[in-house]
Parts: sequence; C-alpha cells; structure tokens
Amino acid sequence: MSETENLFEQQAKNRRQTAVWVVCFVLFFAWLGFGGDAALYFGSIDAYGQAHYTVPWMGIIVTAIAAVLVWNSWRRGPKQVLWSAGAAELVNPQSFEEKQLVNVVEEMAVAAGLPRPKVYLVNDPDPNAFATGHGPETASIAVTTGLVQTLSREELQGVVGHEMAHIRNLDVRLMTTIAALIGVIVVLSDGMGRMFRGGGGRGVGALVGGRGRKGGGAGMIALVILVLWLITLILAPLITRLMAMAVSRNREYLADATAAELTRNPGALASALEKIESAEAPTTSIKRGTAHLCIADPLGRKANLKEGRLADLFGTHPPMPKRVIRLKGMAFQQAKTAATLPTA
Amino acid sequence: MQWFLLILVVVVVLWVIGAYNGLIALKNQTVNAWKQIDVQLKRRHDLIPNLVSTVKGSMEFEKETLQAVIDARSKAMAGGGGVKETAATEGALSGALGKLFVVMEQYPDLKSSQNVRDLQEELSSTENKIAFARQLYNDVATKYNTKQQQFPTNLVAGLAKAQVAELWEIEDQAERAVPQVDLSLKPKPSA
Repeated sequence: MSETENLFEQQAKNRRQTAVWVVCFVLFFAWLGFGGDAALYFGSIDAYGQAHYTVPWMGIIVTAIAAVLVWNSWRRGPKQVLWSAGAAELVNPQSFEEKQLVNVVEEMAVAAGLPRPKVYLVNDPDPNAFATGHGPETASIAVTTGLVQTLSREELQGVVGHEMAHIRNLDVRLMTTIAALIGVIVVLSDGMGRMFRGGGGRGVGALVGGRGRKGGGAGMIALVILVLWLITLILAPLITRLMAMAVSRNREYLADATAAELTRNPGALASALEKIESAEAPTTSIKRGTAHLCIADPLGRKANLKEGRLADLFGTHPPMPKRVIRLKGMAFQQAKTAATLPTA
Repeated sequence: MQWFLLILVVVVVLWVIGAYNGLIALKNQTVNAWKQIDVQLKRRHDLIPNLVSTVKGSMEFEKETLQAVIDARSKAMAGGGGVKETAATEGALSGALGKLFVVMEQYPDLKSSQNVRDLQEELSSTENKIAFARQLYNDVATKYNTKQQQFPTNLVAGLAKAQVAELWEIEDQAERAVPQVDLSLKPKPSA
C-alpha cells in the first residue's frame, strides 16, 4: 500500500482483486438459485432415503430469468444512465470551452489508441465526470459544465484521461454489467421473497412441518440450508451493493494510475481532484444509482472523505486524500526516474 | 511413449502458432500506431497555412519566425518515410511552431482575437495528439521489439519476419527542453 509502488504493480494488483469480486458475484447468483434447490432436495428426502425433488427447477428458472433480465438491463443501461443525468450529446461544439473539451477527449483517445467516445455535457455547476458504455467502441464520456469551467486544460486532460482509463480497462463494461446484476438481484430477491410469503408458504410449511417422517439428518440439512438461503435472500440487495462499491473503489485507483500512464502527468490529475473535492456542493443532476461511475462521489457523502474501516466498506470511491497522495507519489517517481534516465 | 511424443508435438505446434500470431498482432499494432501519428502530422500540415495567413498581418516584424515555420513545414511534408527522418523534420517543425507561439504571446491584439485563439487551441491540441500518438507508437513498438527478442519467442521471430521497429526519439534539443507545467503545490523534488 505504499506510494512507491509503481504504476504497473498497482494495475496488476487491482486487476486481481477485481477478478475475485466478479467471481463472488457469480457464486452469489448460483447460491441464490441452486441453494434453494438444495434445501428442497434435502427436504424432500423421505423415510426410505428417496429424494422426490431431483430436478433443480429453481436454479434453472432463476438462471434463465436472471439471464434475460441482466441482458435487457445491460443493453439499455448506458442510455438510461446518460438520460437520468440529463446529459446532452455534444455534437457540434460552439464555444471555446466546448471545442477544447472535444479536443481533450480526442487527445486522450489517441493516447489510449481507441476510437473517440461520444462526448456528453451535463448542465451542472458542480465539477464531475463519468464514463459509461458497453466497450471501447460504444463508450460515452459525460462531463459537467462546472468541470469544464473550473479546471485548467491540463487538469481537464487528467480527468478525461481517468474516464478514458475506465473505458480502456473495460471498467465501463464491468460497471454496466454490475449495475445490471444488482438490479436483477434486487428484483429476484424481492420476487422470491414474495413467492415464499404467498403461495410458496405452504410448500415451506410442508417441508418443515413434515420433518417427522423424514430421515432426521436430511431434514436438518434442509432446514439449515433454508435458513441460510432466506438470510441471503434478505441481505442480497445490501451485500451486492457493498460488493459493487468495493469493485468501484478498486477501479478508481486503477483508473487514476492509467490516467497517469496516458497523460504522463499525474500531478495535473492530483490538482484536478483537489479542485473537485474543494467544490463541496453535491452534483444534483447525478442520481444515487450513477454515483459509482463518477470521478468523485456526486453525493458528497462523508464516507468517501474519511479514512478507516467504515469508509473502506461504504464509500463508492476511495478517500480523496489517499488518491491525491498516490498520484503525487507517481509524479515524484516520474520526476526521479526522468532525472536518472539511462542515456543509451 | 508414443502418446507422450504425440502430445509433445501437439503442444509445441500449438505454442508456435500462438507465438507467431502474437508477433503478427503486435507487428500490425505497431504499423497501425505509426499510421495514427501520420494522421495527426497531416492535420498539423493542413492547419499551419491557416495560422500563418491569420497572424501574418499583425506580425510584420516577426518575418523570420513565420518563415521558419513555413520552411520547416515544407521540409516535413517532403521528408522521406523513415522513422528517423520524420522524427527529425517534424521535431524541427514542432520547435519552430513553439517559437511562434511564444512570440505571439507578445501581441495583445492576436491574443484577444477569437479566431486566433481557436486556431491556437486547434494547433496545440494537434501537437498534443502527435505527442500522444508518438507515445502510443513507442509503447507498442517497444512491446513488439521486446517480444521478438525474448526467449523463446525469438525462435519464431524469423518465421513471422519480425524486424526491430525503430522508436521515435526526440532529436531536437529544443523540443526536449519544453518546460513542463508543474501544477502540484509541492516543492519540486530535488532529484
């Protein structure tokens, strides 16, 4: 965690951590579906050790429904994000600032070796920015008017570089996917909870009540699995949000590092972050659901400013001072290596 | 034993295919990165006449500076295709343009003109794009060079007709000395 870590080590570490989180998400989905099946399977074992519930219907149905829902919200996600922020595409830049913004985005696209993403403007005096899309070819970068007005050209370049990094590192695809997953987990856990309280209640009653005539061991296993499963069903929305935040937090450090790699100017991004932070007003046009996409938390929540365990758990972004310190460390290292460059 | 040999052959063949394709992909990336620089250089060549004709009237006394830009441009446009030649002539053009921008700062009526401001933004953005395209090219070319020289990929390098790509080095001392704007409030590290 020291600041002397170089760019590539940081990237490698962030990539590893993110992979672990994504695996957790998939396991979570599997448990949500097939865990219920397991409870029913063990619950249906009768006195002769014969299971009556052998086909994992719940897992199959949950997987099928989840796949369709995820696909749908994945497709429409970026458009909805831009729409909900009130972002308007900058097709024909008029003012000097708008032209400069488009130029800066083009520059960063060249640096990343990617096609130029669409540029969107959000009419909001608070400086902030976010990127969204399905991949480098269809990505969009949205910037508030406040950002264009408060930052210098180099600082703007740093922020756009950060967003371009999200695009190049495929963060936008990951975040769109995670947003879709979260939405679906919320819907599914809600729907399944309702099913259990309603018509499914009889089934559960029969399952638990009829324990006497079953093999005691299997019944116990069924009960334990069922309780665990119900707990996860209730906690699922909360846990997935926490997971998404953790993914988002790791990605921020990585994007800062990649932005430094693209602009070769970590100092500019550091000073941009300081400016964004000192403009304390919350970005009113960006809603809660989009918060994890932004360069800085648009809601101005205290959790993102503090350091420590709680902030590590509940913030969508790493604490600003930590990010600034890391960037300044990179700037220092850059200056140091530039001075001691081998002259071949 | 036979099975073992067969598996060994399959593994080796698969590896050769993978290494070969990897080298070809990197070679194409290098060529493409070079083309990106070319696009930005062309854009700069197209923009300069505009700038020159716009500022000519107000800069009667700076004929040599303007002439240096015009000369450097025609030299860069005529230059051969090699990395080194292009780097040299384009580097000279960058230097001449940089001087022109510095001189322009001394003319208040130029600085306040919206047209000049737009042109200058356009040109300095193009300068940045050239720098970033060069950065990308050097990164990709270095990756390509390292790959074809490293063991064991170097065994396939001949097969893929891989040749060491020349890096775009900054020859011009003036360009190398472009002052970096330090925005951090920290005192400069004394390295």
